[in-house]
Amino acid sequence: MSIDIETARKVAHLARIRVEEDRLPALAQEFNDILGFIEQLNEVDVEGIEPMTSVTPMRLKRRADVVTDGDQQEKILKNAPDAREGFFAVPKVVE
Amino acid sequence: MTELNKLTIAAARDALKAGDVTSVELTRACLTEIDAADALGAFVHKTPDLALEQAAAADTRIKAGDAPDMCGIPLGIKDLFCTKGVNSQAASAILNGFRPEYESTVSQNLLDAGAVMLGKLNMDEFAMGSSNETSVYGNAVNPWKVDGRNLTPGGSSGGSASAVAADLCLAATGTDTGGSIRQPAAFTGITGIKPTYGRCSRWGIVAFASSLDQAGPMTKDVRDAAIMLEAMCGHDPKDSTSADLPVPNFEAMLTGDIKGKVIGIPREYRMDGMPAEIEKLWSDGSAMLKDAGAEIRDISLPHTKYALPAYYVIAPAEASSNLARYDGVKYGHRAKLAAGDGINDMYEKTRAEGFGDEVQRRVMVGTYVLSAGFYDAYYNRARRVRNLIKRDFETVFAEGVDAILTPATPSAAFGLGEMADADPVKMYLNDVFTVTVNLAGLPGISVPAGLDAQGLPLGLQLIGRPWEEGDLLNFAQVLEDRAGFVAKPAKWW
Repeated sequence: MSIDIETARKVAHLARIRVEEDRLPALAQEFNDILGFIEQLNEVDVEGIEPMTSVTPMRLKRRADVVTDGDQQEKILKNAPDAREGFFAVPKVVE
Repeated sequence: MTELNKLTIAAARDALKAGDVTSVELTRACLTEIDAADALGAFVHKTPDLALEQAAAADTRIKAGDAPDMCGIPLGIKDLFCTKGVNSQAASAILNGFRPEYESTVSQNLLDAGAVMLGKLNMDEFAMGSSNETSVYGNAVNPWKVDGRNLTPGGSSGGSASAVAADLCLAATGTDTGGSIRQPAAFTGITGIKPTYGRCSRWGIVAFASSLDQAGPMTKDVRDAAIMLEAMCGHDPKDSTSADLPVPNFEAMLTGDIKGKVIGIPREYRMDGMPAEIEKLWSDGSAMLKDAGAEIRDISLPHTKYALPAYYVIAPAEASSNLARYDGVKYGHRAKLAAGDGINDMYEKTRAEGFGDEVQRRVMVGTYVLSAGFYDAYYNRARRVRNLIKRDFETVFAEGVDAILTPATPSAAFGLGEMADADPVKMYLNDVFTVTVNLAGLPGISVPAGLDAQGLPLGLQLIGRPWEEGDLLNFAQVLEDRAGFVAKPAKWW
């Protein structure tokens, strides 16, 4: 498996990280180094082995599906880079 | 009593209870040391006023009698823990200025026990690193020095390790996703334990890889690790993976008696090119445990070799998902936008500016291994291998092994900047002995056990059965007693 510049560009976009065009070749190379290391996993016989879903054999706790907190708009907005009139403000999303 | 900052938790507890010292005095001693130690880059947000307020409250509580063991003990808290009203940035520019409106469960447990917070500690950005060189605050520096070179304290809990080793605080919190407590503890000659996955609540700790992350104490000795761990642990309804199990009195389990216990020595940890002094340290450690009455047994953990590659699929995959929340909307940094920029430009520019190189690399690798067409080949395969790694441990435990002894790290601390041009995979190799423990969810402890030829500390790791931190700490205590590691770094800062 080898990652080309086009794939690197696509991954950066999927991750929502702006990568300038001139950085893409180096990024593709770094991906290839890391993936080359990961490829060792192909040597392992995993036939019949389930993917791990929980590292400790515990049943997740359940609770009643009810509201347990809320009414803290001010606290939630406190750290926002741009909060106006009780909302998070972002650039225009819909034309 | 001289140099209060150098006390262990146990000694300070006894002195506080006897009325020989006050928490305010202890706290002042630490604050003075911290102010004189900026060259170590360990404390990145100091909270002296808060600390003195908490110390005064602790003194009142101690006078009233029946205070918990941690009452009045001054600690450093890793920047990964959200602390109410105090900057909590995971050493990242993207969380610049973030002051949570809430307190993480682990730090709250410590505060409830009366502990004092001196400030926040340096770390690798989002806990991604093994040298504390990816921090937005700059490097944390190891108090141990060779030939005038500045060495790494390890990572990601580098600031915690540096602060404890330099006696800036009595102990510190750390977190460990692939070795981030144990490797820095080994590099700085202190003790660090990562408990069983689920022992400590992860609520309010900035998430890196949720199926691997665990908090734990970084302390001056094993007894302190037992005392502090007990205060940190416990079930938390706010973390559905936190275990609803009673927390034992770990300190009471430090009996020193390990007669008839079985210690496994895994042959796969004997790596090609392992430095002779690491090999010697390891066999010395095994001789010490044997001398204390344990049976030493050669064991096999056949999938060890695949732990690091599996980790470097699973951890980035979980990170790419966890770090999706940093989008410039809810908290932290937002990039300055140009006229006409839309919301995607905001996300992409914010994340490019806010995340450092290593974090970007891991988020993108994680995105790739989770993307359509590769999910099975990478992510699911890694999770299958993870099951095999866990089974390796289950098999040896079922055969009667009580704990496993390995080196903590493949080398002593290296120089800051030395790995700058190395391929990222080379840095990842630092975690080769520790990462299996996270993948299997087991408790692991690093104990300082000797010095290398340059005079730098080296650590041994003990790996325990799930939920048996008490036994594990007891093995570690035996190792500590017999290794007799008392060296301290010469003060240069």
